Amino acid sequence: MAAPAIELKDVQFSYRAGKKILDIPNLTIDAGERVFLFGPSGSGKTTLLGLLTGVLNAQQGSVQVLGRDLAKMSGSQRDAFRGSHLGYIFQLFNLIPYLTVEENITLPLRLHSERRKRLKSGMHEEAKSIAARLGIDHLLHENVVNLSVGQQQRVAAARSLIGAPEVIVADEPTSSLDFDHRERFIELLFDCVKQANATLLFVSHDRSLMPMFSRQLSLPDVNRVSNTSVAA
Amino acid sequence: MLLLSLAYHSLKNRLLTTVLTVLSIALSVALLIGVENVRVGARESFSNTISQTDLIVGARGGSLQLLLYAVFHIGSATNNLSYSSYEHWKNHPAVRWTIPYSLGDSHRGFRVVGTDKNFYEHYRYRRDKSIRFSAGRAPESVFDAAIGSDVAQKLGYQVGQKVTITHGLGGMIEHNTKPFTIVGIIDRTATPVDRSVYIPLEGISAVHVDWQDGAPPMPGEEIAADKITKEQLKVENITAFLVRFKTRLAVLQLQRNINEYADEPLSAVIPGVVLAELWATIGYAEDALRVVTFFVLIVGLLGMLVSLYTSLNERRREMAIFRALGAGPAKIISLLVFESAILSFLGCVLGLGIVYGLSFALQPVVERQFGLYLPIQAPTPTSLMYLGGVMIAGILIGFVPAWKAYRNTLSDGLSVRL
Repeated sequence: MAAPAIELKDVQFSYRAGKKILDIPNLTIDAGERVFLFGPSGSGKTTLLGLLTGVLNAQQGSVQVLGRDLAKMSGSQRDAFRGSHLGYIFQLFNLIPYLTVEENITLPLRLHSERRKRLKSGMHEEAKSIAARLGIDHLLHENVVNLSVGQQQRVAAARSLIGAPEVIVADEPTSSLDFDHRERFIELLFDCVKQANATLLFVSHDRSLMPMFSRQLSLPDVNRVSNTSVAA
Repeated sequence: MLLLSLAYHSLKNRLLTTVLTVLSIALSVALLIGVENVRVGARESFSNTISQTDLIVGARGGSLQLLLYAVFHIGSATNNLSYSSYEHWKNHPAVRWTIPYSLGDSHRGFRVVGTDKNFYEHYRYRRDKSIRFSAGRAPESVFDAAIGSDVAQKLGYQVGQKVTITHGLGGMIEHNTKPFTIVGIIDRTATPVDRSVYIPLEGISAVHVDWQDGAPPMPGEEIAADKITKEQLKVENITAFLVRFKTRLAVLQLQRNINEYADEPLSAVIPGVVLAELWATIGYAEDALRVVTFFVLIVGLLGMLVSLYTSLNERRREMAIFRALGAGPAKIISLLVFESAILSFLGCVLGLGIVYGLSFALQPVVERQFGLYLPIQAPTPTSLMYLGGVMIAGILIGFVPAWKAYRNTLSDGLSVRL
């Protein structure tokens, strides 16, 4: 097995001194895994994602992503790292409203040359083929505000996948979709992730999706801070 | 380039706000540059009215007043000077030429200027332009008249037509027994010459020949034009005269000599010096105007600040997406600064467009109404400085919402729940 994609050791994080949100002694996700991360609201999912993407910085411990320690990088290095090696899908409103579908999909390529260099063909061709796989290639020149929520999430998936980032993080991307669309979306996402050989970290509290993943991870199980009592 | 294109698309997405913001900046820029152009144009127009004249001489009085009535035909003289004094200085060995003016009468709202052939020969405006005729010739006999181009145009006069002269400015008494014949129409000069009627000095004497003690002749006592003797045409007074010396070095010395002339109290002024005094006086008004314009500009820029700042809340989501895509704070900040830079740039361009568009449209009107020939020329260094200032201010102002957006992204991270 290759080196782990994500490895957290003795990570502690708090927004305010004295009120720890996360205390994770050990968390490892191997490359190529498709992990379903769940936990009740307030259990620190969002914070964990912040740490993994380098938007937040842990006060203690090491956060290794693809063998690089984020804690040792500067803020701008973390930004560049995130843009080059991570794909991120939000729960909702993933798209820049004033850009077309294609412009949205290719945005990471235009922001980061490293991601552009990994392309096997031109930006346009790449966007087209990835959109075709997600069934949205007929929408490429569409204004994103004309898209349905399901279509928007596929565009977001295409954008997170383009330029072959090693880790895809999806923060409840299906919570605004109805059940049929949910499964279809996840299947498509799996297809693409597999093809790109990427690691998928999928956050949700919809446990009905759990069986589709190769590994299920309950955040309260790895987090020593119990926040569950705060929010029901 | 990417950020520029993003900023452009973002502004295009909020078209109405963008247009209104650009418009408000454009209008303040137009006002700023417009005021500057009018200021410079007015000065040039004034300075260009009289060239190659070393001194203006009139009866003792205020120097500004002398300049205004003698050259710009604004206001009137309180006193005349005697023709003998004029002849004394005219024949001074240091003098190259003189142009006598006799003012005080008018024709349908246009000033009548009594002068002699020296005017047509020596008068210079806009550095070295001399009087030319678009039709006819210079007056030669007593009842000949030459008219400025505005007079000809407005009153529809042509060479050969007869006109009468009114006593005083806008008075009621016509010198109607002694009509003048238009013998020439002076080519456009874009100076007060265009709005004047020129007759010989003797013509002025002739229309007043039967007057006594400043009152018109009683009915039946008028002397007909053909009965006037050469003796009666003798010029006794003029209002002012222009002097050109053989050498510039003589100017200050002779100015003093004329001011101290024992036979008659005279005032001699250097046109450039008086104009400078005039500008110094007007300067206060200009400064006040400029302050007002600056405030208008500040209001325009604040409008931009408000529109960018208020859009930030609805754009938090957008900023979070950019963060997720790996855009650092510097990129977020530059995106917003680019937006305000684009707005200011468009404002400047549109403002310039408004100024020059209006200049072309209004130039003839201003010239007709105010006699002010405003040259249309490339932006002055001051204008360019203003434009640069607006751009810099626009960019600096962009940092305010940019900083706020940056703070937002720090606290939001990737998790904006809207």
